[in-house]
Amino acid sequence: MSFAFEKRKTVSKTAIVAVPIISFIVSLVLTGILLVAFGADPFSTFAAMFKGAFGSGRALTETLVKAIPLMLTGLGVALAFKLKFWNIGAEGQLTLAGVAASWVAIYWSPWLPEPLLLPTLILVGCAAGALWAGVPALLKTRLKVDETLVTLMLNYVAILISQFLYYGPWRDPKGFGFPGTQMFPREAWFPRIAGRAHIGLYLALVAAAVLWFVLNRTRWGFELKVIGNSPRAARYQGISVERNILLAVLLSGALCGLAGVGEVAGISRRLQQGLSLGYGYTAIIVAWMAQLNPIAIPFVAILMGGLLVGGDQVQMVMGLPSSMGLLMQGMMLFPMLAGSLFTEYRIKKITGTQARESARGGA
Amino acid sequence: MMNETASEASLVEMRGICKSFPGVQASDDINLRLERGEVLALLGENGAGKSTLMNILCGLYRQDSGDVFVRGIKADIRSPRDAADLGIGMVHQNFMLVDTMTVAENVVLGMPSLAFIPDMAAIRQSILELGERYNMTVDPDAYIWQLSVGEQQRVEILKQLYRKAEILVLDEPTAVLTPQESKELNAVVKRMQAEGKSAVFITHKMDEVIAFSDRVMVLRKGKVVAEKVTADTDPKDLARMMVGREILFRVEKAPFKPGAVVLELKDVCADDERGLPALRDLSLQLRTGEILGIAGVAGNGQRELSEVVTGLRPVKSGGISINCVDSTNKTPLQIIKSGVSHIPQDRIAVGAVGDMSVANNLAMKDYRSAPISKGIMLLPKRILEFARKMIGQFNITTPSPETRIKFLSGGNIQKTILAREIESCGSLLIAVYPSRGLDIGATESVRKELVAQRDTGKGVLLVSEDIDELLSVADTIAVLYDGRAVGVMPTEGADPEEIGLLMAGVQPSGKESNS
Repeated sequence: MSFAFEKRKTVSKTAIVAVPIISFIVSLVLTGILLVAFGADPFSTFAAMFKGAFGSGRALTETLVKAIPLMLTGLGVALAFKLKFWNIGAEGQLTLAGVAASWVAIYWSPWLPEPLLLPTLILVGCAAGALWAGVPALLKTRLKVDETLVTLMLNYVAILISQFLYYGPWRDPKGFGFPGTQMFPREAWFPRIAGRAHIGLYLALVAAAVLWFVLNRTRWGFELKVIGNSPRAARYQGISVERNILLAVLLSGALCGLAGVGEVAGISRRLQQGLSLGYGYTAIIVAWMAQLNPIAIPFVAILMGGLLVGGDQVQMVMGLPSSMGLLMQGMMLFPMLAGSLFTEYRIKKITGTQARESARGGA
Repeated sequence: MMNETASEASLVEMRGICKSFPGVQASDDINLRLERGEVLALLGENGAGKSTLMNILCGLYRQDSGDVFVRGIKADIRSPRDAADLGIGMVHQNFMLVDTMTVAENVVLGMPSLAFIPDMAAIRQSILELGERYNMTVDPDAYIWQLSVGEQQRVEILKQLYRKAEILVLDEPTAVLTPQESKELNAVVKRMQAEGKSAVFITHKMDEVIAFSDRVMVLRKGKVVAEKVTADTDPKDLARMMVGREILFRVEKAPFKPGAVVLELKDVCADDERGLPALRDLSLQLRTGEILGIAGVAGNGQRELSEVVTGLRPVKSGGISINCVDSTNKTPLQIIKSGVSHIPQDRIAVGAVGDMSVANNLAMKDYRSAPISKGIMLLPKRILEFARKMIGQFNITTPSPETRIKFLSGGNIQKTILAREIESCGSLLIAVYPSRGLDIGATESVRKELVAQRDTGKGVLLVSEDIDELLSVADTIAVLYDGRAVGVMPTEGADPEEIGLLMAGVQPSGKESNS
């Protein structure tokens, strides 16, 4: 008697919900073991983390502040991943969009009519994100250049462009040498909802709903599904594979770009060091944990935001390194990736003759 | 004398070999002998069980029953390494080489006797010597990706020679070669033979049997149907044995009343994946109410023919018109919209999306218009309704419309594709090997549907390897050989043997075509 994995005939709905939850629990256990090794009490540490992330109004809004960019980049990354386009350049798309939005906020505001400023800033920011994703998309669809490398490398290019600008030509002349642009005019600020949480939250939630609708209820979404599963079959059905990948990746970049717009216009209100805290990379974890489902992404993003904020709290309250939160994020991805096997497969007990047959079938 | 009894045992003897795969008896009680210094040809159509038999000899498959004797001793060959230890080496149809490594590295790769730090200078030297001895020089330092297909094959052969293989199995070696390269390969095999080595040569081309082999064994549907000394046979004889004459059921169909021209190809040229000419000045005509059967051995341009018509492959020169409208190099979507349906050769990877549901697969053509979609919106309920209707109408056996299609049997996957393509068909249906690998019941329903489409006045282009299928279903038969239509004839009164000869590239007059 032995065990074998058997592919499920339909995707298990239970597993889709259970796997992320169990993965989270497994990661808690793993982190707990690590905490014990550090000589800390895991229970009080987790309690402190939870309190730091969700325990007060301020904690909650700070968690949302981190969750907003994670939602938007998570959505962008998930869309690209659906097409098996491995966009790991959300960080760069976010950064370049932040640069573009700053350009509008600082240099267009003197002549642009006030009511047009925010919409223009959002549009130009998204366009910059789309452009930054469009480069690898074009290279991939036209020349079959591997997108993983190009998107990753472009992250550094975008970050260096932004550094060049706020250290150099865009540096605030009245900033006492502090690296960063001048403060945006008030009209270019994202209105805030509570604490530092800004209207980017609404934009992200709307984006999640729209993306779900597009993917599941429109012809275009159907085409993207076919392409993601089998580009050859898509071509045979008369679906233009290259054009649709390009369009979807542009949209992916625009969503990541929107995250960058929110960061500069909603949080820092200027372009400065530390625009992104690695949101573009955490977005990959968010997208996988949500199993690329746009509706699940906001929830996972809030959880991940909580880990970041809670991690900071742990540092302050317990004297542990704040990277504990990041560590937990990483710890969560592994059981998640391992567990996602169970949405597609189930374990089957097989007897002697079946074992021989399946071995033979596999030959 | 002792020596005599030892040499009485054949070099290789396979006795009563049986092997079945789900739904197919690939080898059915096969006996095979191979003598020292002999080249044996295994001839048969696709799926006749040639490769299966040789994969058993080379340790890739395990027989269900039967025994293998090598040099008179019973051999238990469980892996390619066991086979290599017995001096058996195989050159596969798809080469097993590592692109980013050099010729020398590939030749020694995986050899158990290889030193921890191999003496590459010595290895290169012996590769050069082997190359010289067999007159097939390859630069040992070249990377595999730099080599042509013919050169890569030489590396595969060198690999086996380097391992001192006494028995070389070549799986359709000439399929990827130019005529010149085929001649060179023949010289290599003859040279090996002169040294007392033996070879088994898998093929479905008669002229190669004549050119390469001493003895020929013909397989059909897993059984040996004939075994002859090559000198005692001729291409016509071989063609008859290979194709076989089994009278199958005739499909009921209305009298042949062709109408207007649906599809016309004029001097069409196109290349295959490797950039070599696959279609050469091909001209064909198909009318409404007609089934035009394309006969031919696989790899003579059938795939490319279906792809140029459906816009999946560029036409280099010549023209294609559908319903008298030029459709040369139009996009697949434009051609679909002009009413063309296509049942592709590769069902699983192209015809269907394995990880999507049966319902979604059924909707994959009609999703563009009402009632399944409304403007840009897709209506999932309508997809299910549509799927239920199709599943009933075409007798598709599936647990539910939402089951992923890859869990269906081959016959039901094909019925799903057929249902979708027939439902969306305007005036032209292209079916490529539509009944390949299906059981009798599914085959019959596929054929009936094709005839039904013809009877309702559509044009059907049917590509098939099965002459019986073409004779029972088609109205007109065109034989494709080397990218050309070498014969077009009405099915009424067509001579199967003549078709077999044309398929083999032999003109019926007995003169071989000069290709």
